[in-house]
Amino acid sequence: MPIKANIALSENGFVFNPSTGDSYTLNNTGKEALAFIKEGKDISQITSIMLERYDVDRITLERYLADFVNDLRINNLMEE
Amino acid sequence: MSKQVFERPTITKLSPGVPSKHGVGTVIAPMPMIDGVKVDDLMDTYGSPLYVFSERTIRRTMEDVKRAFSVRYPKVQMAWSYKTNYLDSICRIFHQEGSWAEVVSGFEYDKAIRNGVKGENIIFNGPAKSAEELEKAAKNGSFIHIDHFDELFMLSDVCQRKDIEARVSIRVNMDVGIYPKWDRFGLNYENGEAWDALNRIMLNPKLKLMGLHTHIGTYMMSTDAYRIAAAKLAALADEVAKKFDYYISYIDMGGGFASKNTLRGAYLSGEDTTPSFDEYAEAITSAIIDSQIKPDKLPTLILETGRALIDNAGYISGTVLANKRLSDSRRATIVDVGVNLLFTAFWYDHKIHPVGNHSGLVEETTIYGPLCMNIDVLRPSLMFPALKRGDRFVVTRTGAYNNTQWLQFITTRPNVVLIGMNRDIHQIRKAETLEYITVNEIIPEYLSKKLK
Repeated sequence: MPIKANIALSENGFVFNPSTGDSYTLNNTGKEALAFIKEGKDISQITSIMLERYDVDRITLERYLADFVNDLRINNLMEE
Repeated sequence: MSKQVFERPTITKLSPGVPSKHGVGTVIAPMPMIDGVKVDDLMDTYGSPLYVFSERTIRRTMEDVKRAFSVRYPKVQMAWSYKTNYLDSICRIFHQEGSWAEVVSGFEYDKAIRNGVKGENIIFNGPAKSAEELEKAAKNGSFIHIDHFDELFMLSDVCQRKDIEARVSIRVNMDVGIYPKWDRFGLNYENGEAWDALNRIMLNPKLKLMGLHTHIGTYMMSTDAYRIAAAKLAALADEVAKKFDYYISYIDMGGGFASKNTLRGAYLSGEDTTPSFDEYAEAITSAIIDSQIKPDKLPTLILETGRALIDNAGYISGTVLANKRLSDSRRATIVDVGVNLLFTAFWYDHKIHPVGNHSGLVEETTIYGPLCMNIDVLRPSLMFPALKRGDRFVVTRTGAYNNTQWLQFITTRPNVVLIGMNRDIHQIRKAETLEYITVNEIIPEYLSKKLK
């Protein structure tokens, strides 16, 4: 689940894709999840960390993390 | 350490250049309380979806409209428009505030009587009154507003046969400079039909002319249209006075004042564009006062305002059922409030607020209701926070027409509660059940046998 190497992520949630010029904004949970992905963590690792931090059940978290990764794919931010 | 509130993760593409149709920024405030009561507490007790009314808002709005008119005109009478919301408890609040009843069917007429309104304080409008309903209204001394000549002749016949008298008015339609021109109800001013009807009434010993009525349209954003309408009715009243030396008791300006909801497709918010009660009042009262009617013969001004009095006091709270991505990558959120409960979604861009806090980031979203029907769209496109399954929300300004035009379609209708003046909660309509829906069905015997 690698993200493209050249994708820039700022600490306040701003994403820039230099190969297309597109920019994006993330909410707090999106910023956190993308940072973990960039660090190379997989979904189960991210799920475990976020379960500790957030008031959410595992099914809901897994469902929306999968959704988020799909959004990254739709926006061409993930490696094929 | 307590855990943080979870918002589903989102990524939103930024579009440089000119703002989108949603403008440069959207702030969707959370709405944890309605009239000082926690929405979560209401929904935990009464379920989701849930209609909520604020008695405080109803009474405050009534005060506003009464003040706006009574400071400008000596005799003002409100008449609650039953078709706007005929939940008994809502009607009774308006009657406690001094409103008469304005009804447009025999069903509504009987509902008003059941709510304790005296017959002489009921205005009976509408194009479809039966002979039996006319007889009942005449005997009760109600104000019968004649819609067409067939009704005038039918009422005359009823009064002759039963040897009773009826207190009547005519509904007048007219050109007030707006489009579309409402000419399907009442008798026309410009082509002389209204004047013809007035002459026939004045010459009929069984019919007593009490007033003149008009209702120029719905959701009227122009106060000038009311000014023109009031001036034309006042001119008719003056003509009656000159010809018959007879002075009518009232001019009824109907309803049609806009609420602060935003019409679908409107560029600016209804909050910014809707005229105030003072502006409507100034237009109507100045037209009557400036007319040729003698000051000591000024008729009572009746107002049948519905939407503008109840819309702000009504809410529907609901729950997110699901999120999905559409083929064009737009976000879609499915909620448990459908157009069956929020009929006004067909013509308003209703405001929707999450109950809980959110990060403030929004994304373009389509909000669908739960019905398995393509028409079930609450908002085709709005900037909305990232709600997840189970999150709750409140739709505002839903008090007008949704509890009368609601549909028992695909599913049953939910509980309705009223937040009282002391923030006490009253259930004013129970959620429907399968038994309630099927109680009037009759199954022929040959279809009654158990399936094999």
